Amino acid sequence: MNNFIELISSPWPWWIAGPAIALLMFALIYFGNSFGFSANFRTICSMFGAGKSCDFFDFDWKKQTWNLVFALGAILGGFIASQYLTSGDAIALSENTITELEGYGLENVGADMVPMSIFNFEALLTLKGFVFIVLGGFFVGFGTRYAGGCTSGHAISGLSDLQPASLIAVIGFFIGGLTITYFVLPSILAL
Amino acid sequence: MKYFKYLVLGVVFGITLTKAELISWYRIYEMFRFQSFHMYGVIGSAVVTGIIITQIIKRTKMKDAQGKTVVIAPKQFSIWRYLLGGIIFGFGWALTGACPGPMFILAGNGVFVIFVAIASGLSGTYVYGKIRHKLPH
Repeated sequence: MNNFIELISSPWPWWIAGPAIALLMFALIYFGNSFGFSANFRTICSMFGAGKSCDFFDFDWKKQTWNLVFALGAILGGFIASQYLTSGDAIALSENTITELEGYGLENVGADMVPMSIFNFEALLTLKGFVFIVLGGFFVGFGTRYAGGCTSGHAISGLSDLQPASLIAVIGFFIGGLTITYFVLPSILAL
Repeated sequence: MKYFKYLVLGVVFGITLTKAELISWYRIYEMFRFQSFHMYGVIGSAVVTGIIITQIIKRTKMKDAQGKTVVIAPKQFSIWRYLLGGIIFGFGWALTGACPGPMFILAGNGVFVIFVAIASGLSGTYVYGKIRHKLPH
C-alpha cells in the first residue's frame, strides 16, 4: 500500500494522464452526459439569477447539477493530490523554459503550480496581476462560451468524435495562445 | 446519491490533472513555446484513446447506464464562432495558464486567487450571453 501511494505521488507521465482523461470522458457519456467543463460557467450564471436579465441564462440549471458536482469533485481532487499525494519535487520543466522565465525575473520556476509572484491577492492591484488573472479569466469565460466549449469539450470530446467544428476551435485556441505567448507575455512579464 | 458518482469522477479528474501538472501555468507556457512534449503527449494520447472509445460507442450502438442508446450530438458547423471564440479563449488560456477545469482544481491546490479568475470568467460568460446576437456565429 505504501509503495502504491509512493508510486502515485510521483508526477504522472503523459501516457497515463491522456488515456485517463479519455476514460473520464467515457464514464460521463456512459452516465448519459458529456465531458464539457466550461458549461459550468453558464450554469453558475443561471444559478445566480442571470436568466432574469438575459435569455441565454434562462434555462433549468438544475439539470446541470451533475456537472457542478463534477466541478466540486475536481476542487476536492486538487486538494487531495496537493495534500496527500505529493512528492515535493519541482515540476520537471525543460531547461529552456526555466532559463527563459528566469530571464524575465521569475523566481523558483516550477517550485509551485503557478508563479506565486503573479498569482496572489496583492498582485491583483498591479497591472501585471490584473492582466494575468482578471483579464485572462474574462477571456476564458467569454471565449469558451463563444466557441461553445473549452479544452474538454472541443480538444478532447470534439476531436475524439472527429468534429470539424472542434478542429477549428482548437486551431483558434492555438492562434490565441501563441499570439499572447510570443507577442504579449515578453512585455508584461517584464513589468 | 445519484450525484455521488460525479463527485468521484471529479475527484479522479482533479487528481489526474494535478499529478500530470496540467494545471500548471508553467506547463502551458512551455507548451506554447514548443519546449516540451508533455502537454502534446497528454492531449494527443487523450484524443487517440477518445477516438477509439467514440468509434466503439458508435459502432456497437452502446447503451448508457439507463439503457438508452448513446447519441453523441454533432456540433453545428460554422467558422466564425469557433475560430473567433477559440482565439479569445486562447488569449485567456495563455494568460491564466488554465482552462476552466484547471481553474477549479487550482483552487483545491490552494491557489485561492484563482477564484478571482473564475469570477472574472463568469462575467465573461455573462457578457457573451448579453452581446451574442451582435457577434458573427
